[in-house]
Amino acid sequence: MAGKTLYDKLWDSHLVREESDGTCLIYIDRHLMHEVTSPQAFEGMRLASRLPWRKDSIVAVPDHNTPTDHWDKGIQEPIARLQVETLDANIKEFGALVYFPFKHENQGIIHVIGPENGTTLPGMTVVCGDSHTSTHGAFGTLAHGIGTSEVEHVLATQTLVAKRSKRMLVRVEGQLNKGVTAKDIALAVIGKIGTAGGTGYAIEFGGSAIRSLSMEGRMTVCNLAIEGGARAGLVAPDEKTIVYLKGRTFAPKGQDWDRAVAYWATLPSDPDAVFDAVVELKAEDIAPQVTWGTSPEQVLAVGGRVPNPAAETDPVKRAGIERALHYMGLTADMPITDIKVDKVFIGSCTNSRIEDLRAAAGIAKGKQKAASVNQVLIVPGSGQVKRQAEAEGLDKIFTAAGFEWREPGCSMCLAMNADRLVAGERCASTSNRNFEGRQGPGGRTHLVSPEMAAAAAIAGHFVDVRNQI
Amino acid sequence: MKSFQQLKGLVFPLDRANVDTDAIIPKQFLKSIKRSGFGPYLFDEWRYLDYGEPDMDCSQRPLNPDFLLNQPRYQRAQILLARDNFGCGSSREHAPWAIDGFGFQVIIAPSFADIFFGNCYKNGLLPIVASAGDIDRLFKESLASDAYYLDVNLEKQTVTLPSGDAFGFDITPHRKHCLLNGLDEIGLTLQHADDIKTFEARHKAAQPWLFA
Repeated sequence: MAGKTLYDKLWDSHLVREESDGTCLIYIDRHLMHEVTSPQAFEGMRLASRLPWRKDSIVAVPDHNTPTDHWDKGIQEPIARLQVETLDANIKEFGALVYFPFKHENQGIIHVIGPENGTTLPGMTVVCGDSHTSTHGAFGTLAHGIGTSEVEHVLATQTLVAKRSKRMLVRVEGQLNKGVTAKDIALAVIGKIGTAGGTGYAIEFGGSAIRSLSMEGRMTVCNLAIEGGARAGLVAPDEKTIVYLKGRTFAPKGQDWDRAVAYWATLPSDPDAVFDAVVELKAEDIAPQVTWGTSPEQVLAVGGRVPNPAAETDPVKRAGIERALHYMGLTADMPITDIKVDKVFIGSCTNSRIEDLRAAAGIAKGKQKAASVNQVLIVPGSGQVKRQAEAEGLDKIFTAAGFEWREPGCSMCLAMNADRLVAGERCASTSNRNFEGRQGPGGRTHLVSPEMAAAAAIAGHFVDVRNQI
Repeated sequence: MKSFQQLKGLVFPLDRANVDTDAIIPKQFLKSIKRSGFGPYLFDEWRYLDYGEPDMDCSQRPLNPDFLLNQPRYQRAQILLARDNFGCGSSREHAPWAIDGFGFQVIIAPSFADIFFGNCYKNGLLPIVASAGDIDRLFKESLASDAYYLDVNLEKQTVTLPSGDAFGFDITPHRKHCLLNGLDEIGLTLQHADDIKTFEARHKAAQPWLFA
């Protein structure tokens, strides 16, 4: 019998029951929540007079609607404020293990605060009403986004009704070139498999280039698994995972720590495990990536040229390219480095951790944003990240360069708060989605790494950051 | 949950691939703490020429004449015909709520994004995966017709075209049972509460740190 993959081990160790048609009931260890996708679930609980099965599985924080400046003024928009206050009230009524309300010193993006507090651990199942829950897979955790009905289901039963995914291995071997990051790996993978390439799969990322990434880098890669269609991304836990977790608030202590570490060592895929699909990339071949269109799969190396729809034979794809070029205001065949940006956003659950801010500061140090760039927003992922960055003086580097140093939150990744693009504005963004209107109606998003975003802020257009490192 | 058995419904063809949930319902409408009222804002940025805000009276807003859904012939559409990877992106269940709110009951596409696909079933919406060939035919025929109806039968798992031709579709027995009977999945799962408790006790003994 073939060995088991990491995914199989996580699935099997949480299987409560299985029906003959393969429908399973899976136990959920950690339930992450934010203000946008939870109110209707709590309301459903209330209407059915149900209580949470395990309130100590809940970690919650408001992040999508919260402003990133003028915290003293509170939340200006009444319906956004009501949504955040509704989360406050629901947590007060139903309970939670951890709740960081708006303006708490540890408030931040749910996918940043889970790992930094040790509430995300290897071997767990983690869900959240948020597609970027895949981020937590970096710890060898089965983590994925769910809908609001499922949020209610997990609240009431501590389980999820689900079917086993297929398993895909994305193996990246070799050494990344300087200036090439976890973000570029993930975008290159999406460019290769397409935005639906991972549909129906859980993707395990492996190979020496993945092993070499920090935990922050692995989180970036797993975060973007969903943009390749896979609900869950995974990286096997190793020494780096253990070093990262040791001593964190909710990491196991004493004897439990030793038992946990021993258990986590059993999780990596067996050498003879079989995957349903294998995708291979060479790290050396990956250049800094820039998306040019309105889907994350519409991505190119920075040295490339915007595609020409005339070269596409599939009529649906050709129409897609034409529509994207029109929306993005780009001309076919123009070099990526000729694209000028109006705004720059460095933040989001993809790239707002301390390593990301250090990388951006490394490029910005001693330089000034281009006069043609209207605004550069630096939004740390959490209060902890913000304090760490300030202790290292990164905030000073950013403000000296003319960048704005903000309070933590989701911010301009999806523009639910006041941070947004106006129609026609073009943004170099470290976030995860370049969909039409994502960063504001009519806004144009190019997804890049923190290094590439900072370099674009300085130059006023995209540049190959490898020439600056 | 409302049930679904059979529908003879008018088809609206949306001829683009990778329609994401941000396009289905833009983020500003996600500030609502309610589960209904999203139908008027379905495809908001494509449907209207102005910028939509929550609680706007959509009957007064300028419609985009180039967006097909605004044509009078589609106002009572109940079947959404789409291209590959429909519902990709954000997990927001507001997307099926908006689709349902408009009046759609069935979505037919060559492929769906995973989270969206699951969310549909929780709201009495039937997502049907059809072959590329069938999808192309449905687009061709529906775009050429003023009133193109399909007959969808869940019990038989068939879609019947006006010509009388039909194709079948797959659905898991569990989902079919829930949808046909409009069952509350939480209630069904709680019938297995003892299994969950037994599992939980074993899990806690093996990994006590998960319950700290």
